[in-house]
Amino acid sequence: MYPDTLKYTKDHEWILIEDGIGRVGITDFAQRQLGDVVYVDLPEPGTAVTQGQPFGTIESVKAVSELFAPVSGEVIEVNEALKNTPEQVNRDPHGTWMVAIRLSQPAEVDALLDAAAYGELVR
Amino acid sequence: MTPVESSALRRTPLHARHLALGARMVPFGGWEMPVEYSGITDEHLAVRSRAGLFDVSHMGEIEVAGRDALAALQHLTSNDVSKLQIGQAQYSALTTPQGTFVDDLLVYRLADDHFLLVVNASNIEKDHAWIAGGIPSGLDAVAVNTSSRYALIAVQGPAAREVLQPLTGVELASIRYYWFATGEVAGVRATVSRTGYTGEDGFEVFVAPQYAERVWDALLEAGRPVDIRPAGLGARDTLRLEAGMRLYGNDIDETTTVLEADLEWIVAWQKGDFVGREALAAQKAAGVSRRLVGFEMVDRAIARHGYRVFVDGADAGVVTSGTQTPFLKKAVGMAYVPARLSTGDEFEIEVRNRRARARIVPLPFYKRPRK
Repeated sequence: MYPDTLKYTKDHEWILIEDGIGRVGITDFAQRQLGDVVYVDLPEPGTAVTQGQPFGTIESVKAVSELFAPVSGEVIEVNEALKNTPEQVNRDPHGTWMVAIRLSQPAEVDALLDAAAYGELVR
Repeated sequence: MTPVESSALRRTPLHARHLALGARMVPFGGWEMPVEYSGITDEHLAVRSRAGLFDVSHMGEIEVAGRDALAALQHLTSNDVSKLQIGQAQYSALTTPQGTFVDDLLVYRLADDHFLLVVNASNIEKDHAWIAGGIPSGLDAVAVNTSSRYALIAVQGPAAREVLQPLTGVELASIRYYWFATGEVAGVRATVSRTGYTGEDGFEVFVAPQYAERVWDALLEAGRPVDIRPAGLGARDTLRLEAGMRLYGNDIDETTTVLEADLEWIVAWQKGDFVGREALAAQKAAGVSRRLVGFEMVDRAIARHGYRVFVDGADAGVVTSGTQTPFLKKAVGMAYVPARLSTGDEFEIEVRNRRARARIVPLPFYKRPRK
């Protein structure tokens, strides 16, 4: 259910880290709680984000939720496709990244959950 | 998660069916209700294109009967009840002396001296007390809360008639919009009303609670050829919003008058005195200062209930309903704005620390195509 290649937060984001860059999305649990996603509001590239702080919002038909940064760093890329097809988040939550962050404090990763721990959290 | 709270929630006779269908259940107006099954968008589009099935048994029923039942309701509600023939229903308001809403409701005329009021779930006890205490002394009329005697199932959408017709001897084509008939549905005594809260053609079926599952199952089965969807409160809300229908507790309440809600068409000025008439007449003479309007977003943002409205930089109103609607695929909503604004005018809405532009558009946002 929850891929081992990803790390997770208690706020239901995932992050895929490769070469000091982390791509961030929300978990299957989160998309099921939200329902049909209709809008994802993301920061501009160049924005600094802080671990545990909001970096954007995601809206379903029914509700608004904040997105929390799993790590600190600089947003270097935003998934522009989500502007027109936000429903991708529902279809493929673990394959749909929202922002790419260049990690400024790689040690923060130690505080994230692995797949087993996250799976336990949402069980 | 909060067992104390949920144990106090009421359940409809279809509760087990919702769980079996995999619905996500939420508290609503004191009831535990399905918010969605297959997803709000899927359910919404099913109702616009084919058919959806709703459990609305949480709605309340209050019956008013007696020789003076008509006079009592003429006194308590804003619309003209005397225009109702037996078998006909009307949208109306239960008004305070200030012309605001105790509730909005449908009034059904069952007989010359017997009326059925269908009221909002969260207001059942309040409405009953208001009506029972508001019948003028000397009138021969009683109000009885008969909510527990009814389950209410709505089948809505362009295919609603072909889904329901095989299950009933009632000739559905002969029931006009806002009329009703009694007969059998799936072998169960029922009242079938051509009403709904979706902006589509459709029917609402009143049955005794012990037969609710039987009728629900029969409708799901009969709807299979058109791929009917069970639909929850989420889709009910987006459908009614597209159709421009007000939601009590969001768009109207005891602080908003019938005129401010832009519902003058349910104020029967000519019928004589009624609770709130004087206040409404004064407000009409002076002109309302704010008015409920429909808007669509100009900037990319979704406005939600409670967001503030700004006109020329000043706080000037509030959003009462808003979402991205699944069929129109637009961010739309309703808001109270200064009455001087009119269709086409723009204003701003504060969405998370920034101001997003919105434009006033006519209600409803969606009108079903006429055949």
